[in-house]
Amino acid sequence: MIHAYEVVIGLEVHAQLLTRTKMFCGCSTAFGAPPNTQTCPVCQGMPGTLPVINRRAIEFGIRTALAINCTVNADNRFARKHYYYPDMPKNYQISQYEEPLAEHGHLDLEVGGAARRIGIQRLHLEEDVGKLIHEGNLETAQSSQVDFNRAGVPLMEIVSMPDMRTSDEAAAYLKSLRAIVVYLGVCDGNMEEGSMRCDANISLRRRGATEYGTKVEIKNMNSFKNVQHALEYEITRQARALDSGQRIVQETRLWDPDRGHTVSMRSKEFAHDYRYFPEPDLPPLDVEPAWIEAVRSSLPELPAARRQRFMNVYALNVHDAEVATQSRGLADYFETAAKASANPKTIANWVLNELLRLVPGDDDKAIAACPLTPVKLAGLITLIEDGTISGKMAKDVFETMYRSGEDARTIVSREGLAQVADAGELGVVVDQVLAQHAKVVKDWRNGKKAALGFLVGQVMKATAGKASPAVVNSLLTDKLPKV
Amino acid sequence: MPTSLTIHELGARFRCGLVRPTEAVRAYLDRVVALEPKVKAYLTVTAKAALEQAAAADARFESGTPRGPLDGIPLAIKDVLCTRGVRTTSGSKILESFVPPYDATVVARLRSAGAVILGKLNMDEFAMGSSTENSAYFTTRNPWDLARVPGGSSGGSAAAVAADLAAAALGTDTGGSIRQPAAFCGTVGLKPTYGRVSRYGLIAFASSLDQVGPFAKDVEDAALMLQVIAGHDPMDSTSATVAVPDYGAGLGQGVEGLRVGIPAEYFIDGLDPEVEAAVRAAIETLRELGAKTESVSLPHTEYGLAAYYVIAPAEASSNLARYDGVKYGLRVPGARDLIDMYSRTRGAGFGAEVKRRVMLGTYALSAGYYDAYYGKAQKVRTLVQRDFQQAFERVDVLVAPTTPGVAFKMGEREDPLQMYLNDVFTIPVNLAGLPGLSIPAGFTQTGLPIGLQIIGRPFDEATILRTAKAHEAATPWHGKKPELAP
Repeated sequence: MIHAYEVVIGLEVHAQLLTRTKMFCGCSTAFGAPPNTQTCPVCQGMPGTLPVINRRAIEFGIRTALAINCTVNADNRFARKHYYYPDMPKNYQISQYEEPLAEHGHLDLEVGGAARRIGIQRLHLEEDVGKLIHEGNLETAQSSQVDFNRAGVPLMEIVSMPDMRTSDEAAAYLKSLRAIVVYLGVCDGNMEEGSMRCDANISLRRRGATEYGTKVEIKNMNSFKNVQHALEYEITRQARALDSGQRIVQETRLWDPDRGHTVSMRSKEFAHDYRYFPEPDLPPLDVEPAWIEAVRSSLPELPAARRQRFMNVYALNVHDAEVATQSRGLADYFETAAKASANPKTIANWVLNELLRLVPGDDDKAIAACPLTPVKLAGLITLIEDGTISGKMAKDVFETMYRSGEDARTIVSREGLAQVADAGELGVVVDQVLAQHAKVVKDWRNGKKAALGFLVGQVMKATAGKASPAVVNSLLTDKLPKV
Repeated sequence: MPTSLTIHELGARFRCGLVRPTEAVRAYLDRVVALEPKVKAYLTVTAKAALEQAAAADARFESGTPRGPLDGIPLAIKDVLCTRGVRTTSGSKILESFVPPYDATVVARLRSAGAVILGKLNMDEFAMGSSTENSAYFTTRNPWDLARVPGGSSGGSAAAVAADLAAAALGTDTGGSIRQPAAFCGTVGLKPTYGRVSRYGLIAFASSLDQVGPFAKDVEDAALMLQVIAGHDPMDSTSATVAVPDYGAGLGQGVEGLRVGIPAEYFIDGLDPEVEAAVRAAIETLRELGAKTESVSLPHTEYGLAAYYVIAPAEASSNLARYDGVKYGLRVPGARDLIDMYSRTRGAGFGAEVKRRVMLGTYALSAGYYDAYYGKAQKVRTLVQRDFQQAFERVDVLVAPTTPGVAFKMGEREDPLQMYLNDVFTIPVNLAGLPGLSIPAGFTQTGLPIGLQIIGRPFDEATILRTAKAHEAATPWHGKKPELAP
């Protein structure tokens, strides 16, 4: 029985930093270039080459560390982590081990209405590896090629404490962390493309037990959904194993999203001895307090604070505030529109329902590329509120605006979409409709109040939908008793 | 044109038009052709490129725009330093076909100073050894006795300078690899302070100990070479930003009042009596020149060798991991799978001493052994450093033998431990990151050179060069040449 166990989850998140150049050389980090065109002797690990630390990457690390409440270590240094693999040019990775950039942080979450604090053990920087391209399947490939474009791209690893108890908590932690790094502009947060990756450590123990159970590491989960599904699968697998008296093997398992299960990759006996030792090519990195303070003072408002402010200032509900603050670009968009409008709640509805339906993503790049500016959106809402156009028409206008970037008033006047609200003009139409539908008027008089709706519909039809429903209503209510 | 000329002598002839760089380069290349079969100092001779570089230097002198003291000077480079477009093997089969697409910073600096590069010099594989017998290609001979080794690992550099096969050369020193062969071949060899000279493009053996330095025919030449290669390099984060002084300026100021320390621990059982006598005579010479000598103690000297043989192999096991057959150099074909390719390539590509040190180092860094070996060795290293710091509170330089003995016969030392003992006086200087040099201090009865080691404070190469210069001016040793009839 699953309920007999407490689930213990810790996450290791790798985030590719958005620096222009690599961690230890001047090569570009841009994604998608032809293989091995963004390499140099340093990131190819050629004999005699030496690493030089990219200070921008350190700054990005400090920025993130401060946002997740870590202590930045004044003395920190890089270490070599050894294992042989053809995608790693030196057969060691320059990483951090005993003296990471930052430690002892936490992240506050709200999961299912309850507040949760997840500890952060450490944050450190390292270099990414290259990419192997096999000719066919790995098992049967006759040849494999290496692309070192990615080798040396700065990676930030954030290791949580084993503080999560459900897959929902793990997903919430990951989403919150993603929002933070995206906000800080240090990572694009794209899990599908691998610029943010997540490994999980998960174990089960009997409720009330103080010792942790044997943990299993799960890799290859490249979306929030995959993380949640993989963890749920693993919880069930481990619970069943424990129920039937089996022991959990300490191992690394791969999530197979197509088959929806995890498979064993390597057990502890085959675990690597990484033979860490301090990187002799890099002197210890001295992070002066002044540097940390300068970074602290340049931190933007973070998602949690902004969410709260959106609830207080713009009266958004929790859900809307949450969605609106997923990315900095989207939150900025909403806030600019809200400030230009008298009705922020309506703005929120349009941004979160209509805009997000059209833009290809909620990341800063997609929002920035959106031709419909927030001020123009506010203009559209004004036209609805002053009765110039109906809400239904507004949706068509909105789509035209999104495609052309024009403002709402231009489109409305060009396409003659403005509502007819003139009582004299509409009165003539109303009179015609009443004359044409004597039977319906009779029904109304006999107490069939629904007949009014039919008559409104007829007026709208006669005006090709341009009549102001409010004016039509009041004219009908006024004229009906007099027929 | 005599190839026995020093850099400063040859440079003077270039400047007054007596000799042109192409003439000098041709003379050296001719001598290489004549003597290489005996000495075997070069792994690669780049005659064509050297003559092109020399022609460019000719033009600069003709147009009155020479670049400085090294312009047109024929030099050679230890094959551990990367040379753009010229094969660089590090003395290993695994890099037999490796042609770097870049110059080491020191090579680039020599080139922009106008120096002409004659070729690449033999060495022990990956700079691991004291005799060049660990070269994957051949053993270089000692020009003073062709049956003997030139020392190592920069044996090719020492032999080339001693045999006038280059006006000067670059070597590297991780545990004595410049000073020991300089002593064995009777040349000047300088290991600068760790961080004084860029390591970019130096194929790493032990990153925290490796340092590039010159071999020269006299002290003034060594100073000229250091002047060009020293200084901060943004490509090497361990290179120091300390300002580079004018090494020539104070060279002739003498040693009057200089406090010279004699470390008691360097005069031990096993020290060749002839070496001891020569070193004591050198100390006496310095005293006569006005230096104040006193005995000092470096109590942790005896642990230096052990600490070194943990730290250096540990770093080497990591630095050499990249030679796997995937990217460059040797790949042994016919492998069943990836691991098999690694083992075949490394099995065939590395020699016995390299394998021994990779295994030692891998062991020392292994989980469960790290603290007992690597961690402990680092503590010893700190103690050795402290010994020197304390000594340098009382004295300005230290003088000692460079090696316990003189050049030995090829094949004589088969026991690796016997070989390691060669470096007992040079290793502590690397552990402490200090500058040290070896200069000729006499000869044995059988005519083999003896080296005097002078050790200085960090970044105080100027004082050890000045001390060496004073000794050189007062003694006849540096003028002696081996007899090498073609």
